[in-house]
Amino acid sequence: MAAYRPPLQDIRFVLDELVDLDELCQFESFKHVDPDSIHTAIEEFARWTAEVVAPLNRIGDLEGAVHDPETNTVRTAPGFADAYAQFRDAGWGAVPFEADYGGGGFPWLAGIVMQEIMSAANLSLSMCPLLTQGAIDMLMAHGSEAQRELFVPRMVTGQWTGTMNLTEPEAGSDVGALRTKAVPQPDGTYRITGTKIFITFGEHDMAENIIHLVLARTPDAPPGTKGISCFIVPKFLVDDDGNLGERNDVACVSIEHKMGVKASPTCVMSFGDEGGAVGYLIGNENEGMRYMFTMMNNARLSVGLEGLSIAERAYQDALEYAQERKQGRAVGAAAGVQSPIIEHADVRRMLLLMKSIIEAMRALVYTQAETIDMANHHPDPELRQYKQLMAELLTPVVKGWCTDMGVEVTSLAVQIYGGMGYIEESGVPQHYRDARITPIYEGTNGIQALDLVMRKLPLKGGEVVTEHLSLIAMLDPALLRGGAQLASIRSNLAEALTTLADTTHWVMAEGATDPRQAMAGATPYLRMFSLVTAGALMAKTALHAAERLDAGTGDADAMRAKIATATFFCAQVLPQVHGLVAPVRAGHDQLFAIGVEQFAH
Amino acid sequence: MNIVVCVKQIPDPAEPGALDPNTKTLKRDTKLILDESDAYGVEMALQLADAAGGGEVTLVSMAPNNETAGLRTALAMGAAKAILVSDPSLQGSDALTTSKVLAGAIKRVEGADLILTATESSDGYTGTVPEQVAELLGLPSVTFAKSIAVEGSTVKVERQTEAGYDDVECPTPCVVSVTAGVVEPRYPSFKGIMAAKSKPVDELSAADVGVTAGGWAGAGQEIVAVEQAPAREAGEVVEDDGTGAEKIVAFLENLRVI
Ligand SMILES: Cc1cc2nc3c(=O)[nH]c(=O)nc-3n(C[C@H](O)[C@H](O)[C@H](O)COP(=O)(O)OP(=O)(O)OC[C@H]3O[C@@H](n4cnc5c(N)ncnc54)[C@H](O)[C@@H]3O)c2cc1C
Ligand SMILES: Cc1cc2nc3c(=O)[nH]c(=O)nc-3n(C[C@H](O)[C@H](O)[C@H](O)COP(=O)(O)OP(=O)(O)OC[C@H]3O[C@@H](n4cnc5c(N)ncnc54)[C@H](O)[C@@H]3O)c2cc1C
Repeated sequence: MAAYRPPLQDIRFVLDELVDLDELCQFESFKHVDPDSIHTAIEEFARWTAEVVAPLNRIGDLEGAVHDPETNTVRTAPGFADAYAQFRDAGWGAVPFEADYGGGGFPWLAGIVMQEIMSAANLSLSMCPLLTQGAIDMLMAHGSEAQRELFVPRMVTGQWTGTMNLTEPEAGSDVGALRTKAVPQPDGTYRITGTKIFITFGEHDMAENIIHLVLARTPDAPPGTKGISCFIVPKFLVDDDGNLGERNDVACVSIEHKMGVKASPTCVMSFGDEGGAVGYLIGNENEGMRYMFTMMNNARLSVGLEGLSIAERAYQDALEYAQERKQGRAVGAAAGVQSPIIEHADVRRMLLLMKSIIEAMRALVYTQAETIDMANHHPDPELRQYKQLMAELLTPVVKGWCTDMGVEVTSLAVQIYGGMGYIEESGVPQHYRDARITPIYEGTNGIQALDLVMRKLPLKGGEVVTEHLSLIAMLDPALLRGGAQLASIRSNLAEALTTLADTTHWVMAEGATDPRQAMAGATPYLRMFSLVTAGALMAKTALHAAERLDAGTGDADAMRAKIATATFFCAQVLPQVHGLVAPVRAGHDQLFAIGVEQFAH
Repeated sequence: MNIVVCVKQIPDPAEPGALDPNTKTLKRDTKLILDESDAYGVEMALQLADAAGGGEVTLVSMAPNNETAGLRTALAMGAAKAILVSDPSLQGSDALTTSKVLAGAIKRVEGADLILTATESSDGYTGTVPEQVAELLGLPSVTFAKSIAVEGSTVKVERQTEAGYDDVECPTPCVVSVTAGVVEPRYPSFKGIMAAKSKPVDELSAADVGVTAGGWAGAGQEIVAVEQAPAREAGEVVEDDGTGAEKIVAFLENLRVI
């Protein structure tokens, strides 16, 4: 198991070449920031994370979080509370939030880069600040000024943490089925009763207070998603100055025993066992679901990023192992000595697959973060609107594809380790097990595929997806100018794009007449869409690397490796899109050709 | 209490370094970082200033290409300001010239009560700069400090020795070299990093600190050869025939670790 080394060189490449930090730093909101400060903050954060947080990853897996049924408290794994205290005291949680609420006022992109590093170092621990961030987002977007002033600054510093309470036993993907009740009181507060499950960091010993955001129904709310309201339910009630008061009527009654992320407590939360937890309504009644949608782009980007993080970590381990482990004699090697397995073609194939997918994910995640910054802060309102729609379109792609790839890349790491990969002591199985949750939470990838097909393709009558595809097509002249070096990237991308464009027409046309057709092919379509988007980003990467080579700036070997990696991706991964046409178009009937009874052979 | 800390900026040890075959010294064309050895001095200085209830920590460094990245790290930890001497004529300086430059820069800091260095840098590793700086400044020199306390105008140092430590006292101002690992250097906070951006770094030339450098030619010190470290030899396997423990003790005694 290699010690985690934050991939600062590749991060720097993406920040310098594929996004425009200079432009972001000219926006009114970021005028006090400059790219240099962003790089310095990232580097110092990376050093702290690698030295303090990463070594706790394995301990967390072995020891996990522990629930005490006597007191309904949760003890986090050894070292976690101290690491979190360092994180809080250093002010790292504040980086991407508004300065008016105690934040660092950095672009979201800068926060996302740090999150990549934090999640790679320790996925379990990273989930605590991540959920807090989601809760802050919600309060900033929809809380009253008084609510924001009371809660947000203390959550920005990390003094208090946050949770999101959506899931119930009967309401997972189907949030509209939730039953938790909220009854209005004469004093304007509500009393909340019900049970939530799977609540990340619902209880822990790292912060003095936990601010739960809870979805619930008021007594005469309409059924389904139209009747959901969102409430603030603090673990400890607080007065107007933020002093902690009485314990609220909410308890973590147990935690789950999980396949992975064992150090992240996944809590069963019971509200109102003693008559009702005090809750404060956010915004208006029955608008909770709409509010959830406004913070979805950020939350889903952060979960997609987890796929990238964990893949990077597993890749570092696999790369080290492939150089140390000697087996067999590679073609051309001297007789009588075993070769490091990295000299074998099939191991090379796996490593390049991992490396190219990781680079594509990093490009995708960072450009999406930039798009979100543009959507929120660009001076031109029309451009903000345009970027907002682009972000919406790509949200299911980032979440769905990066988390699927996180599982695939960590599985490849297990494979490169051979038998040792199946042995827990090697540390590699943990990455695979940890990665496995990411395609499930924050909307399963099945739901992401439906989101893309049913909600995102029809955005503005299809204009948004058309724009996305034409942006990819517009890379072609530059790739042509790139000559022989970029020729195969160019032709592979052009062919893949044609296939995607044709299939998109089919999905949209079918979706309009018989949505079942589009739904049946949604998951292979999401894959196809993602591959082409990733291929385009790899093509861009190659273009920038070629420019640098020509200009003689940057490390020439690294730039050649970038081009070779992009070439590999476009030649060996991207063409999968052609094989996905049939599954996308197979249609509804094929899936329902056998009855439920016949599934049992 | 005002404290000066000499901090060297060195190539990142995590990156594979390269030697310049002509000069037999490390290539320094990439970004330099704060020498970890000096992070202990910075931490010690911050703690001493804290304990004294005030005063400033000033950094002094000599480095090529106006490099400030390592200084920014130390400023983000909490140092107040820095002096950087960077001058093409200093390339190839030996430890004596380096010491003259550092001494010249330190003289510009008013009211320094204490000057801290590491015992040796992680790259050059001659371990001779601190004493030379003290001599050039006409100050007492205490080496290998594992702890430092200041009482009035007296510095009390626990000076590490092979057997344990000596208690040494010395009047201020003086130069003290700090052993690596004796304090835990703090990590810069986000606020500290932002604040460091606007802390003053005074960039000086060799002439500003009164040094005429002779470069490679003027160096009184010459690197004769650089050779590969000998490959690690196979270890000795001791079969435990009941006397294993004694053999381990004998082995450790032989190494003089016990
Ligand atoms: C470790 C962990 C942490 C979590 N953290 C939180 C948290 O902090 N807060 C919170 O509120 N929740 C949290 N969850 C819950 C998580 O978001 C849900 O598990 C997830 O949304 C899926 O819901 P479900 O488990 O009920 O699965 P189900 O909805 O029962 O899904 C089962 C399968 O059916 C598919 N499916 C369901 N509906 C459809 C449909 N309409 N069309 C096609 N396919 C469908 C799904 O894709 C899936 O494959 C967490 C879960 C875990 C395991
Ligand atoms: C233009 C230029 C080019 C240089 N090129 C090279 C080069 O190619 N190769 C190379 O190895 N060195 C180079 N140096 C650095 C310089 O030559 C060494 O710092 C000097 O020889 C000290 O040797 P040392 O590291 O063995 O000191 P040591 O005596 O081992 O250092 C002990 C302590 O003294 C202090 N100290 C030492 N040097 C400095 C410094 N420069 N600034 C601040 N504090 C210091 C630190 O606290 C250090 O821990 C260059 C410097 C300049 C300005």
